[in-house]
Amino acid sequence: MTYSLWIIITASLVGLSCGIIGVFLILRKQAMMADAISHTVLLGIVIAYMATQQITGVAMLIGGVLAGILTAFLVQTLSSLKVQHDASLGIVFTTLFAIGVILISTSVGNVHLDVQHALMGEITFIPFTTIDLPLIGAVPKATALLAVVLLVVIFFIIAFYKEWKITSFDPALAASLGIPVLFLHYLFMTLVSVTTVASFDAVGAILVVAMLITPAAAAYLWTDRLIVMLVLSGLFGVLSAIIGYWIATALDTSISGSMAFATGCIFFISFLISPKHGLISKRVQPAKVSEEHVS
Amino acid sequence: MWSTLLQSNTLWVLSSTMLLGIVAGAIGCLAYWKRQNLMSDALSHAALPGVVVAFLIIQEKNLLLLVIGAAVSALLGAFLIQWITNASRITEDAAMGMTLSVFYGVGVMLLSIANRSAGGNQSGLNSFIYGQAAAMVRSDVITMMVLAAIVLFIILIAFKEWKLFLFDASFAKGIGMSVRGMNILYTIILVTTIVIGLQAVGVILMAAMLIIPAVSARYWTHSFRNMILLASFTGGIAGGLGTLISAAGSGLPTGPFIVLVSSTIFVVSLLFGKEKGIVIRFIQFKIQQRSSYVKKSLTADKGGAQ
Repeated sequence: MTYSLWIIITASLVGLSCGIIGVFLILRKQAMMADAISHTVLLGIVIAYMATQQITGVAMLIGGVLAGILTAFLVQTLSSLKVQHDASLGIVFTTLFAIGVILISTSVGNVHLDVQHALMGEITFIPFTTIDLPLIGAVPKATALLAVVLLVVIFFIIAFYKEWKITSFDPALAASLGIPVLFLHYLFMTLVSVTTVASFDAVGAILVVAMLITPAAAAYLWTDRLIVMLVLSGLFGVLSAIIGYWIATALDTSISGSMAFATGCIFFISFLISPKHGLISKRVQPAKVSEEHVS
Repeated sequence: MWSTLLQSNTLWVLSSTMLLGIVAGAIGCLAYWKRQNLMSDALSHAALPGVVVAFLIIQEKNLLLLVIGAAVSALLGAFLIQWITNASRITEDAAMGMTLSVFYGVGVMLLSIANRSAGGNQSGLNSFIYGQAAAMVRSDVITMMVLAAIVLFIILIAFKEWKLFLFDASFAKGIGMSVRGMNILYTIILVTTIVIGLQAVGVILMAAMLIIPAVSARYWTHSFRNMILLASFTGGIAGGLGTLISAAGSGLPTGPFIVLVSSTIFVVSLLFGKEKGIVIRFIQFKIQQRSSYVKKSLTADKGGAQ
């Protein structure tokens, strides 16, 4: 298959898995947690690199997931010590990120990892490292990893669909029903970290946040039903990946940056014209008395 | 180490990072009580496209103009966050996450255009974005100092008003203060602080300069005035120490070391802080436990005697 097709497929996989995970980030009001985790996985990747001396998908995944869980755990601990929640987020992620940057600049020595690459991603290099799979043939490594991660994400979301729903909308009810809220919280953070690490190569640390939050927020403006929101958000993710690629080739600029820009455009359009929560429809119809919740 | 310290450029860098720590500590206290700790993170990312656009227009690295560009786009980001939060059912943290990542994406887009068109000239731009205190020169430091002095002056001159604005906004409104105006002024000085700090510590770690000293200071005092003084003090110490550590080795980044010093101070405060520090709370708990135990055993003795 051709070079640019692989890039589009990889970008769409990023859009799809981030879009799906992002729905729960929005509903659980943990959008900034994605920002924090996307920064701290850098530390996990650096440590995995130092331990194995090579950049392999599996080691990176494990390192990134451990760093993500560590972030969630530290934030939880600080919050339980009565530090403001967003302050504890800010303290934890900047500190872990700082440690990551220091490790990169001292010991890893800029060979394969550098901060700029990690932050911006380099999707154009993805088709060059391939792996041979049975039946399909040569597939870029990052694409294969993303496909596996997407399947894992979809599996966990379907397997615990009801639990996710209840814990996202009514944590107190979930706890009273005996659903392990804390366990689900950490499972969710693991999924966020896995998605982030897998998308890292393609879009980089900060722009993965755009793919995680923005399509889901746009979908949140269109629907009140969880399943519709999941589908829409995944769709918006894929759409912004394709539009982003198109903008990037037209302007000859960064693909990941354009993808983030495309998510922003989609959100802004939704913000203006969505039938229920858009600005225009609010102007046209007088506000309804009560706002329904997603069911 | 002393020989590097005595180089004049290191002195300039040292004074600017200390100053930055002081100003950021003070503003951080305002942000802490407005419960907008992560706003600084969002706005520092949102500044990126403005920096690049300013650079594309003037084609050279002039700190003051880059700062103005950064401030314009960060203010635009702040406005968008406000607008999205107020006008739709998107929560503030989602609005912040979107703004920071989309603005950053646009910045990255523009940056690769700038890198292509400006040839070798963009090296100064990259250090501006990722934070390289060592790359600062005297004129940069002077610009920083002037802006920082203005910010500090605004905080000091209206100290009473700030206090009212933060702790009792409805009373402030009642006595005829313009809360809206204060909000705008607060956003402006927050953005100014963020953009002057970008070059020293970079887009990502700027948030730490604002958040960590304020939270640490909270463990030592209940008074708002002392909190600001303490946060400025620890911010300045962190800035200075971090710069010294990174100057001692070769090729060590400045921003991350400042953050590490800052978070070390935070951990110490969390453990030993006078107000609600973990150790202090533990000791108080033990004392209380013992006194109640003594009381209990006393009443038990009395009961036995009767």
